[in-house]
Amino acid sequence: MISGAEIVIRCLQEEKVEYVFGYPGGSVLHIYDALFKQEEVKHILVRHEQAAVHAADAYSRSSQKVGVALVTSGPGVTNTVTGIATAYSDSIPMVVLCGQVPTAYIGQDAFQECDTVGITRPCVKHNFLVKDVKDLAVTIKKAFHIASTGRPGPVVVDIPKDITAQVCEFDYPKTVQMRSYNPVVKGHLGQIKKAVQILQEAKRPIIYAGGGVILSEAAEKLTVLARKLKFPVTNTLMGLGAYPATDPQFVGMLGMHGTFEANNAMHYADVVFAVGARFDDRVIGNPEHYGQEKRRVIHIDIDPSSISKRVKVDVPIVGNVNEVLDEMLKLLDGDVVTDPDVADWWKQIDQWRGRDSLAYRQSAHIMPQYVIEKLYEVTGGDAFVTSDVGQHQMFAAQYYKFDKPRRWINSGGLGTMGVGLPYAMGVLFANPGAQVACVTGEGSIQMCIQELSTCKQFELPIKIINLNNGMLGMVRQWQEMFYSKRYSQSYVTSLPDFVKLAESYGHVGMRIEKPEDVEPALRKAFTEHKNDLVFMDFIIDPGANVFPMVAAGKGLTEMILAEDL
Amino acid sequence: MRHIISILIENESGALSRVAGLFSARGYNIESLTVAPTEDASLSRMTILTRGSDEVLEQITKQLNKLVDVVKVVDLSEAAHTERELMLIKVRATGKDREEMKRMADIFRGRIIDVTESTYVIELTGSSAKLDSFIAALDAGLILETVRTGVCGIGRGDRILKV
Repeated sequence: MISGAEIVIRCLQEEKVEYVFGYPGGSVLHIYDALFKQEEVKHILVRHEQAAVHAADAYSRSSQKVGVALVTSGPGVTNTVTGIATAYSDSIPMVVLCGQVPTAYIGQDAFQECDTVGITRPCVKHNFLVKDVKDLAVTIKKAFHIASTGRPGPVVVDIPKDITAQVCEFDYPKTVQMRSYNPVVKGHLGQIKKAVQILQEAKRPIIYAGGGVILSEAAEKLTVLARKLKFPVTNTLMGLGAYPATDPQFVGMLGMHGTFEANNAMHYADVVFAVGARFDDRVIGNPEHYGQEKRRVIHIDIDPSSISKRVKVDVPIVGNVNEVLDEMLKLLDGDVVTDPDVADWWKQIDQWRGRDSLAYRQSAHIMPQYVIEKLYEVTGGDAFVTSDVGQHQMFAAQYYKFDKPRRWINSGGLGTMGVGLPYAMGVLFANPGAQVACVTGEGSIQMCIQELSTCKQFELPIKIINLNNGMLGMVRQWQEMFYSKRYSQSYVTSLPDFVKLAESYGHVGMRIEKPEDVEPALRKAFTEHKNDLVFMDFIIDPGANVFPMVAAGKGLTEMILAEDL
Repeated sequence: MRHIISILIENESGALSRVAGLFSARGYNIESLTVAPTEDASLSRMTILTRGSDEVLEQITKQLNKLVDVVKVVDLSEAAHTERELMLIKVRATGKDREEMKRMADIFRGRIIDVTESTYVIELTGSSAKLDSFIAALDAGLILETVRTGVCGIGRGDRILKV
């Protein structure tokens, strides 16, 4: 017989959990005591619960493993909500263990009590309140099972304090069966055959690949398939790295800040092959505008509710992308014959490419695009790049050419500012020794800046690329373009001296103000300061904007290009 | 379009709020909702009356199926089915209205299940439209209180919703 607290830890050991990101408090004291008495599961103490969940999220994004966070009841839980919602939007498998007040106190407005199951319900894949210590092990097993199968997502397990004190036999089930939860894995073979047929008939095809390719570990298969077909490939923001960005068949990211060629190809294609992507508003813009062209759409997704949600699909294939691509490759064994007109389509695409939509003006100031280009060079294109949310995120997505999956770590769906630094922490725990750059801005970084302390404690040599324009850049860009330059609350005054701030936490700080200093500074950070956290404060051109741009509510071909202005 | 959705769901605390939360979060409407355990006490059967286009209904059923506690979902109104709603209505029954109320209840095949000197409680079962017409047929000033269960429905013949 062992206590509920020990059961929690034993479950984590059984799941081979290496790291738990968390913050202790009253309701989880028994669990922290059980954690203290063993060494297998290591605990990473953050400085704010939000960061614990973000770090667990990035641990998963960069490794495929399930991230785990542990927090106390009440404010511990409410602080995790942003992180849980972020993971939910991007379908990231995660288990969040929360303390709760003792069973007898639930509903009495006890100290640090909140309705965890109620508060988290709309932003989790599933959640549980454990009411009996005998259910604890099987509930945690279910949590890991649900989080990591089907369309992945975060699962919350709410554990009252008295349950962690009670004792019972520990028996960790090897598998769980749930009559109400049986996600589809294999795609329908008839549909797959139909899809292959349509692909071979396509005259103006586009492969549109999203985060589902990365989540199902199918990047390699997608690459093989795309090369066999010799079709153009575009990736969504969440799909960057699913197809190598340096490959000639890659036409760049699509969507609101996608390339001219990717957006045009997506619009004028006669066959769209959507793989683990969901046609969201940032990708296709106005669905009515998108619906003007006649085309056939093939869509592979594990979640049937993502199919025909915003764009009518002709060949829906519900299944795990990896399994479905496997079947497709079997059908496309040997030489593949595609329509000869595809050659003309490529000519058209090359013409669009000729517009060089990512060209940017030079200035006496540092251009943010230039910093990312240099970051790419200095890191050999092989770094893990985390980002916050805003202009810097788009610049990183546009100018860092990701050739491998799981290297680009950002909050695509929810668009959560503040994730960058805790994401970099999570990445380093999953990938020790890796080069990790956190591309951020002076607005975003301050939303989780307290984690510089965690980085010191665990000696995490993150390179923070702070693209500092003294503005909430993306807000300013919209205000400049759509609100007649009324810069309401987008100017950040009273910024800290980031160099001193970094130093006060025991890190290295650098301020870079001239274009010619960008590359030497980056080199210094990644070589001389390889083992240090370096906070690089790049003072950039405050007028730089992200282009191309499809304004909200506009169609994919209604792009604003840098040269238009 | 009016649709009746039947759901088999794990009979666990919070299951109802998952369904209700889904409808409010995604902007679907619920006209009525009934829920009770089935012959297998570990399962509840929920019936939701909603309205929406075919596209919206497709999303509703897909989203419901995505809920981990949901075992099965069918749109009953897609095929032959039968539906009923129960109403209890308390009416003033004094003077000449007393006899009139009794007559109305008989015409609609209702039953009087509670009698006082001045009131009746009438139990009436049928389609929602029938219940509406009963209310419309009464003098509004005589209606003291109504309570309706919301629609429940079942497929005809071999259409069976079971695990």
